[in-house]
Amino acid sequence: MTSQSAQKSLRDPIGIARGLGAAGHGFEHWWAQRLSSIALVPLSLWFAFSMATMAGADYATVKTWLASPLNAALALLLTVIMYHHVILGVEVIMEDYIHTKSAKLISMITMKFAFIVMAAVCVVSILKVALGG
Amino acid sequence: MVEFTLPAHAKVLPGKKVAAAPGAKRKKVFKIYRWNQEDGQNPRLDEYELDLDKFGPMMLDALIHIKNEIDSTVTFRRSCREGICGSCAMNIDGLNTLACTKPIEEVKGDVCIHPLPHLPVVKDLVPDVNHIFAQLALIKPWLQTQSPAPPDSERLQSPEDRAKLDGLYECILCFCCSTSCPSYWWNPERYLGPAILLQAYRWLADSRDEMAGERLDALEDPFRLYRCHQIMNCTRTCPKGLNPAKAIVEIKKLMVARQG
Repeated sequence: MTSQSAQKSLRDPIGIARGLGAAGHGFEHWWAQRLSSIALVPLSLWFAFSMATMAGADYATVKTWLASPLNAALALLLTVIMYHHVILGVEVIMEDYIHTKSAKLISMITMKFAFIVMAAVCVVSILKVALGG
Repeated sequence: MVEFTLPAHAKVLPGKKVAAAPGAKRKKVFKIYRWNQEDGQNPRLDEYELDLDKFGPMMLDALIHIKNEIDSTVTFRRSCREGICGSCAMNIDGLNTLACTKPIEEVKGDVCIHPLPHLPVVKDLVPDVNHIFAQLALIKPWLQTQSPAPPDSERLQSPEDRAKLDGLYECILCFCCSTSCPSYWWNPERYLGPAILLQAYRWLADSRDEMAGERLDALEDPFRLYRCHQIMNCTRTCPKGLNPAKAIVEIKKLMVARQG
């Protein structure tokens, strides 16, 4: 534990506690997490309900459903907001548990890139089905 | 990564066992965490079987009995013995609390006493709280104003505004809450922890204080404030019955209130 070494440090505890100062942000991240979770409640319910009503339907039926502008827009919103929410949440978990600077930076960048690629694939897939001939 | 297990030199080994004197009627075993930096040994759990008829009803009475009558090397902090100084905070039967206000009869079976979790240990039940007090200094726990003080009287506060400090001013800084918080265990360098954030809110909530903006600026940080994930261990463990988790939510509400 770092504070064990802090105990032996020649720095005054005041200096260690003040550190590099307040980052000046944190609210936006926390607020975005709350807002996205609120938005995901109706979107997830809508998605689950739609999937349930179309259980066993063929491709043509689903394609017609997704071709409706409202359904396509909601599906895109669900995807983008969900991935945004996931990135925010996993970021917090990584900040909590990963303390080695290099490991933290590498895993944080990898995580964000991976989720953004997944989100992009989902968005393109939805558009392809919705707009495809 | 976070350390989920103790390093080899910190593993707690079984210690010595001291039996109660013959003739003891009400016996109870107290297992006490022992560690002395100077002897180079691992920490150990010493077991003292005590005669409950020989001392008072609280955990602190048992510790003082051990120190006075059985083993004077057992080391712990204590002062007021009435739950107002916060010195004898320790982990008793798995819960952080004050030894002086915790009745022995509340624990069924053997009593296990450890120092407050996840702080550097100075000796036995004495943790190093220098860092937490430095964090307290960081939030400037005193009245700060811009307006000049009235020349011939104190700064006035309505009874309603004074009531807003109830549940905040009672904190005795025993740090039971901060040391029960996993977020504080993993990130003590930057997260301020429930005890310090409750103090921060105590000054934000004071109608006489005029530096709320600067106070909030100092907390606007992903670690200092926003490491709290509201699991409420702090509120559960507080020996004074306070609610640090609620104070933290109130700070977050002030952060919302000062946005557009």
